[in-house]
Amino acid sequence: MTDINNNLETAAHPENLRRVAIEPVSRVEGHGKVTLLLDENDHVHQVRLHIVEFRGFEKFIQGRPYWEAPVMVQRLCGICPVSHHLAASKAMDMIVGATLTPTAEKVRRLMHYGQILQSHALHFFHLCSPDLLFGFDSDVAKRNIVGIAAAYPDIAKQGVLLRKFGQEVIRITAGKRIHGTGSIPGGVNKNVSIEERDYLLKDMEQIVTWSRESVGIAHQLYEKNLSLYDNFGRFKAHTLNMVRADGAMDLYHGGLRARDMKGITLFDHYDYGHYWDVIFEDVKPWSYMKFPFLRSLGPENGWYRVGPLTRVSQCDFIPTPLAEAQRKEFIAFNGGSATGATLGFHWARMIEMLHAAEVIRDLLHDPDLQGNDLVSKGERQERGVGVIEAPRGTLIHHYKVDDNDQIVRCNLIVSTTHNNQAMNEAIRQVARQYIDGRKLTEGLLNHIEVAIRAFDPCLSCATHALGKMPLEVELLDAEGDRVDVLTRSSDGSFYSAA
Amino acid sequence: MVSPFLVFAIGNESRGDDALAPLLVRQLASEGLSSYVELIEDYQLQVEHVTDLAGRSTVLFVDADMSCEAPFQFSEISAAMDNSYTSHAMTPFALLHTYRQVYGTDAPSCFLMRIRGYGFELGESLSKEAAANLALATAEVRLWLTYLPPPPRRKN
Repeated sequence: MTDINNNLETAAHPENLRRVAIEPVSRVEGHGKVTLLLDENDHVHQVRLHIVEFRGFEKFIQGRPYWEAPVMVQRLCGICPVSHHLAASKAMDMIVGATLTPTAEKVRRLMHYGQILQSHALHFFHLCSPDLLFGFDSDVAKRNIVGIAAAYPDIAKQGVLLRKFGQEVIRITAGKRIHGTGSIPGGVNKNVSIEERDYLLKDMEQIVTWSRESVGIAHQLYEKNLSLYDNFGRFKAHTLNMVRADGAMDLYHGGLRARDMKGITLFDHYDYGHYWDVIFEDVKPWSYMKFPFLRSLGPENGWYRVGPLTRVSQCDFIPTPLAEAQRKEFIAFNGGSATGATLGFHWARMIEMLHAAEVIRDLLHDPDLQGNDLVSKGERQERGVGVIEAPRGTLIHHYKVDDNDQIVRCNLIVSTTHNNQAMNEAIRQVARQYIDGRKLTEGLLNHIEVAIRAFDPCLSCATHALGKMPLEVELLDAEGDRVDVLTRSSDGSFYSAA
Repeated sequence: MVSPFLVFAIGNESRGDDALAPLLVRQLASEGLSSYVELIEDYQLQVEHVTDLAGRSTVLFVDADMSCEAPFQFSEISAAMDNSYTSHAMTPFALLHTYRQVYGTDAPSCFLMRIRGYGFELGESLSKEAAANLALATAEVRLWLTYLPPPPRRKN
């Protein structure tokens, strides 16, 4: 391994190095690119994940009346529109001074846990299972969902039906499949009828069973490949997540908890309405995406990790019995090694999916869902902050509204931005472990992508039109001249333009 | 019982010409289509959409396209194993392939209307050129719908 630059963020003499770009990072939403700088002996000197984060949403939202925000923000992202819908709604609750009625809060929770379930199902069954079941450097032609469907037909089908169930929960609570209007400032605009409840309940036990089995699959995969899973892209990180007042996992509402990499609590139950006092965003010249950090630790050392791995390992308990039993196993397994492992994300994600299924089941039996007291309001405020634990991690929406009810300022910190530095750390570790000093192969480069996919990054981008966004892989020589280029079209096929 | 015919629009109305497909189906809806044609919109195709195809006789996907000839390209499509299933957005071809994997049988007869678009940035409105293409594509789909066989009669 090279010792020229051990942190691998910036090479000492990039002018003499060969640049390899992996672009796009497949099975990741939006634009992602990894660049490696290698010397003539294939030693790695620099590794960077570049994410073309879309920063135009502030402009898109500014000038609009505040009550439009929960609907408009869904158009930012075709992957997690419900997360934006709910985070914006929570911010607008503050603007209208509302304290939610039991019916409003429970309908929103139902919607949110439906989103968690469907998002986690897609990620595990369809985006990651090819790597996990076949191996990271298995035949690329097999390493996809079609290969999964052929070898594990039940798993492929369960993934589809789990995802569909979550989408149905969203449709019923949001009122529509897309452009949902269910959540509004101060509450919701519809309850869940008896007929809708019964429609969901008929599949509920099956969904809980499949979710439970999914945790078993993730657990087994980890156990069977213990050394790989424990060590692959492993790095130490501070953590940030939201917890309920009693320390329980709560993906809809709570206070912020941050712990350093030694497990020492930096702040707990922090009121997210003042998140800027504890979190700040840094910029780096080589990336469009911001790098958030914990203020008390500073921009260099204050980066942190969010998402399922953090939430499962940093909450005090999970308030549903099946998921809590799985959390205890996860924490106790091999002395807690999975809680700090990049590939531990998958196991933690399935525990959360089981928790989501249990929460949905419990809520469907709650008569408050059929209540008619849907909206409340109080004293109008100028500023609103909404935070939820979205499928990929903490999501912050922050708005300022003027006296004419127009949004004049907007700041969003999405989960993938929180994880920006953590993903960079993971791929640098993988580069040290697998790439350094070896001839590059597709299988080796896929190791980098496997590390990124563990975080399930989502990069606001709902544009997908056919033929749109052809992406490139370029190979440059030591002088920086392009010697080859591969273009990938929207159907995933490559062609050489050199 | 599901409607035998489905028109599935793919796109985001807030991203310039990505609005082409949603606008097309909304125009059809405003004209009062027969109840045996269902219209669905979504931002992008994903695996669970195979369940929307089940039980149909004929499906038409409508999407904006950056690469086809203007004003539109209309064709019958079949299942194909491309690599789009490795992302959060699938092509219609890959969706049909997944249908076969999930249900063990071929998907219903499917067609694809690609409408040429030009700009896809958030907050952009539909471009003038795309609007012209949309009018022609809508007329074509309207005509195509008239050729669909009548709905099956209900048995008493």
